[in-house]
Amino acid sequence: MDIIIIGLLLGGTYALMAIGLQLQYGVARIMNLANGEILIAGAFSTYWFYVGTKASPLFALFLVVPAAFAVNWAIYRVLILPLVRRAKSQGKLDVDNILATFGLSFVLVAFLLAVFGGEYLDYSYLDRPVFILGERYGLNRMVAFLAAVVLCLGLYLWLHKTRAGLALRAVSVNPSAASLVSINVARASALAFALGGAVTAAGGALLSMFLTFDASLGVVFTLKALVIVILGGVGDMRGTIVAAFVLGLAETAVATLIDPGLTLAAAYILFMIVLLVRPEGLFGRRTA
Amino acid sequence: MNDADKPLPTAAARIAGKLRDARILAPGETRNLLVAVLIFVAAAGVPFVANGYALTLAISIAMYAGLSTSWLLFSGPTNYIALSTAAFFGIGMYTVAGGIGIVPYPVLILAAAVAGAALAFVVGLATLRVSGVYFVIFTLGLAELVRQIMTWLQHVLGTMSGVYVLIDRSEPMYYWQLLLVAAAVYLVGWWIGRSRLGFALRIIGNDEVVAVHCGINTARAKVILFVISSTFAAITGALIAPRWSYVEPGVAFSPALSFQVVIMALLGGTQRLWGPLLGVIPFVLLWELIAIEVPSQTTLLLGVSFLLIVYVIPDGVTGLVENALHRRGAVAGSPLLKRSLAGSGSILRASVRRSSDRVAGSVRDLMRRWKSYNA
Repeated sequence: MDIIIIGLLLGGTYALMAIGLQLQYGVARIMNLANGEILIAGAFSTYWFYVGTKASPLFALFLVVPAAFAVNWAIYRVLILPLVRRAKSQGKLDVDNILATFGLSFVLVAFLLAVFGGEYLDYSYLDRPVFILGERYGLNRMVAFLAAVVLCLGLYLWLHKTRAGLALRAVSVNPSAASLVSINVARASALAFALGGAVTAAGGALLSMFLTFDASLGVVFTLKALVIVILGGVGDMRGTIVAAFVLGLAETAVATLIDPGLTLAAAYILFMIVLLVRPEGLFGRRTA
Repeated sequence: MNDADKPLPTAAARIAGKLRDARILAPGETRNLLVAVLIFVAAAGVPFVANGYALTLAISIAMYAGLSTSWLLFSGPTNYIALSTAAFFGIGMYTVAGGIGIVPYPVLILAAAVAGAALAFVVGLATLRVSGVYFVIFTLGLAELVRQIMTWLQHVLGTMSGVYVLIDRSEPMYYWQLLLVAAAVYLVGWWIGRSRLGFALRIIGNDEVVAVHCGINTARAKVILFVISSTFAAITGALIAPRWSYVEPGVAFSPALSFQVVIMALLGGTQRLWGPLLGVIPFVLLWELIAIEVPSQTTLLLGVSFLLIVYVIPDGVTGLVENALHRRGAVAGSPLLKRSLAGSGSILRASVRRSSDRVAGSVRDLMRRWKSYNA
């Protein structure tokens, strides 16, 4: 029972970070391997904020989110756009993107190491138990989960009820058709990339409330987010949310029943099954 | 008078002539082969002049030359970036560590090759049928995945986290072994380049949809090459294991190895089989320098190298050299495919010109007749 509840709580927070990557890959078509480092940067900033002010880490979101938005927008403008312009095909663009964002992720790790040092960082916030069905769970996990749900809902409504959200969804379905109906695809892509980075950083801020971090962990979160996005289906937000819960449950089950050292292995086995059985993901559309 | 008495160039020319007569090699290829053999012989002599630290560097260079050229065999023509060298290297190392003292060492090297090939086959089968992006992601985590499983297995089996591999080997021996592997990689790569398989891979790299429509079984071709490429990494790991003497998951599956290999190959250039060599030598030296002077900044070096490769030298050193040659008007360096494309282009242009001349001629003819008819 507690596996299911902890798994769901973890999945909710995973959903947020994966939606960030989903926006970047599904809408802007940029495979961003530096995504995990943005998440770690969000987590570290929240740590700083909490240690410095003793205010609730939730307030850190108001700083982390705009900052991550600005940073990711700059990354898109400076690093990604030249590659998009010179690319002859989507395949070549993917290779360039992967190498460039991969390089960026190493530079960010070096930067984070220089600023925050190499130790594991954590802080205790709301480290009180709550009781559900007679079992005890950390209150911080509950708060992080609720905050993630609120953010996901807000994002979902924004994507589905506003004009700008509609434009992003149109670009996600077909960039060239979107530009035919006078959507500025370049702008929409930049917006999606920046927004994706901001959402990921928010996910990092929430995860930092109950997980321990160090600068080199980014790549693990990048992989988890990628597995979630692929499992759910590229370009589908519902799929991402469902897949995030699946991964949260699978990881918690493996960690409690077999060995806590095997969480990535669990994610990878899911990945392999999806690739073999349903490569387009749970909710994805089958292409060609 | 036999071959041995003749001066070397004459003997070489005779061998070249024989090969040409047997229609095995084109004249240019014979020259390349001879150059390659000379370089190999010269490289094999290194332990006689170098020792200590210089020999250590030479061992690194030989190892990375083999690894990044074998990486190139698959990722060069197909543009599928494999980030899994460390996983196969570690598998090779662990096969030796697991069986040492029970099975003779040469058998273990063979077992390492089989284990690497088997893992590559499974991974390739799962990931190479779908988009290239998924393949990159999967290989990125593969080393970490295998490391977690190995650590867990050792934990369950109750053994220590590390294993001692104690075999007496001298440093020059390691060097020669790795040089031999590198030579084997070159030979296999050269052979693949001439085969139908190599041709199929180049088409896949240019346009996978076209390849499918040409009737190429793209998944099969990719899996075969991925297996070949990964097997070499496993063999290299098996050969290096005794040199490290203590094998432990964190070291054997260190992901940095995968990234170094990719950087070296891309830095050298992926269009040529000998391209990686031009990346391996400078990068090994630079890496050594950084690792000794500022060991904490190796991550930054990896990152900056990737960015430089993408933004400044996307075609690698060989690309730079060939572009420079092109500007000077020498055609000699252009890749085969480009040349044949350019060739077909000019043929096309010529035939268009000819047919348009013919059309213009017949129009003139008609006009003349029309005029004479009116008159």
